[in-house]
Amino acid sequence: MRNVIHIFRRELGGYFATPVAYVFLVIFLVMASTFTFYLGNFFERGQADLQSFFTFHPWLYLFLIPAIAMRLWSEERRQGTIELFLTLPVSVGEAVVGKFLAAWAFVGIALALTFPLWITVNLLGKPDNGVILAGYAGSLMMSAGYLAIGACVSAITKSQVIAFVVAAAVCFAFTVSGSPLVLAFFAGWAPAGMVDTIARFSFLTHFNAITRGVIDARDIIYFASLVAFFLFANAAVVETKKAG
Amino acid sequence: MSAMIEIRGLKKYFGPIRAVEDVSFDVARGEVLGFLGPNGAGKSTTMKMITGFLAPSAGTARVCGFDVEADPIEAKKRIGYLPEGAPAYPDMTAASFLDFVAAIRGFDGAERAKRVAKAVERTQLADILNQPIDTLSKGFKRRVGLAQALLHEPEVLILDEPTDGLDPNQKHEVRSLIRSMAAEKAIVISTHILEEVDAICSRAVVIARGRVLADGTPESYEKRSRWHHAVSFVVPTADIGRLRSALAAHPDVGDFERTDGEGGLAMLTAMPKAGKPMLAELGTLARGTGIRIDEIREERGRLDEVFRNITTGPVSAGGTN
Repeated sequence: MRNVIHIFRRELGGYFATPVAYVFLVIFLVMASTFTFYLGNFFERGQADLQSFFTFHPWLYLFLIPAIAMRLWSEERRQGTIELFLTLPVSVGEAVVGKFLAAWAFVGIALALTFPLWITVNLLGKPDNGVILAGYAGSLMMSAGYLAIGACVSAITKSQVIAFVVAAAVCFAFTVSGSPLVLAFFAGWAPAGMVDTIARFSFLTHFNAITRGVIDARDIIYFASLVAFFLFANAAVVETKKAG
Repeated sequence: MSAMIEIRGLKKYFGPIRAVEDVSFDVARGEVLGFLGPNGAGKSTTMKMITGFLAPSAGTARVCGFDVEADPIEAKKRIGYLPEGAPAYPDMTAASFLDFVAAIRGFDGAERAKRVAKAVERTQLADILNQPIDTLSKGFKRRVGLAQALLHEPEVLILDEPTDGLDPNQKHEVRSLIRSMAAEKAIVISTHILEEVDAICSRAVVIARGRVLADGTPESYEKRSRWHHAVSFVVPTADIGRLRSALAAHPDVGDFERTDGEGGLAMLTAMPKAGKPMLAELGTLARGTGIRIDEIREERGRLDEVFRNITTGPVSAGGTN
């Protein structure tokens, strides 16, 4: 556990040691606000909620989270530091969890910095702050899902570009499987059970449920098991690389 | 004293490539083992298996009695490892990097600060502690890597080319550092610099194409050289012929090798037939000729020649000296 904390600190510090963190934070905040106000019609809707803010999170995460996750393992492999890191007395599990938590904390910081939106909506009207909180919680859970996928893919290659592209593609598959576009494609001929299953595998389905203010145990279990699965796969990839 | 590092039948295949074929050796406390071999011989791969970075395809590596595969954490606690090229996180400062490694090594608070300070002192890093590692020169980077490997006072040190890319002064410092620690540790260094073997190793293992080809003290390698016990004379060039016929009378002298030098001087080297010392007797013979002798010396074995012979099969040595 203490190793996880040390790895966590180093990784999180690693984001802020370079301009990467600041570039990411600025772009995330600018894009999140742009989507909210222009595409989401925050003002025109005339409703005191952050629905128009959260709706775009899956699409924002789709390419921003792989950008955070891509360096986690690829960079270590490219720099050769992985040889140093994995010959320190840490278990692969500690390494995987420490890195994941650091990246997740970074996303958490980015998300927390959107607080002016929350203040704005409270100044303009009387929103249900419970629903907004649920929205933030859901967004954070969903980001964990994207991150776990990104971290796992990052362990496979030493090229950050490949890590980014592949992670974005996998994340895309997990996102759109719940979109009307994909579901309509299957709905015409596939049995309803199958369509339902596909939808259930989507981030969108679970995320939308949470942002409506309903935190269902099933949605939490979905994201938790998804994260657990991909972190487990991440550790397995690291172990496999060891065998050469 | 039981061995601190025990390697048995270590093999590593990368697909069809047989990087390490069959490597076995022991290293005891107090030994500095030089791991020699041409590039691509399997030195680094073997070291990666000892330190648990790569899993062997077959065979075992034990460090202080702990199997690196079965008990990796316990083994890794006892190893200080400098990987090839001394990788370190480029964005971190040397100070925060060492602090991180010390934290992972289980040191807290004052003890951590003390450990880092000691390692910094031993590797003379004080001046650059607060610089990001990617701004450091190659020599400083290497020393940061060494500091990281030393700070927990490990019983076993595995150093992959610790002096590669250092200038002569830095090489000297690193070698003194290794020598100063030799007594209480088992140290393995890989190198392809032969003078290093002479300078710090108590034993050398030669490996090529993934196999151990020779294992012995530096002296034992010198003995394999045809130059071992050869005697060289520096005399006026005009007298070379006369000296040569005088020395040829000695029963142990085989061949001669001649090198012309400056100022009308030349060097004649009498090669031994029997591998026995013959300096005193040849000296007497030479003085008996009345030739002016500027220098007499006994040659040591030539490690580079022995190394070539071992790793590539017999190579005819050129007639130069």
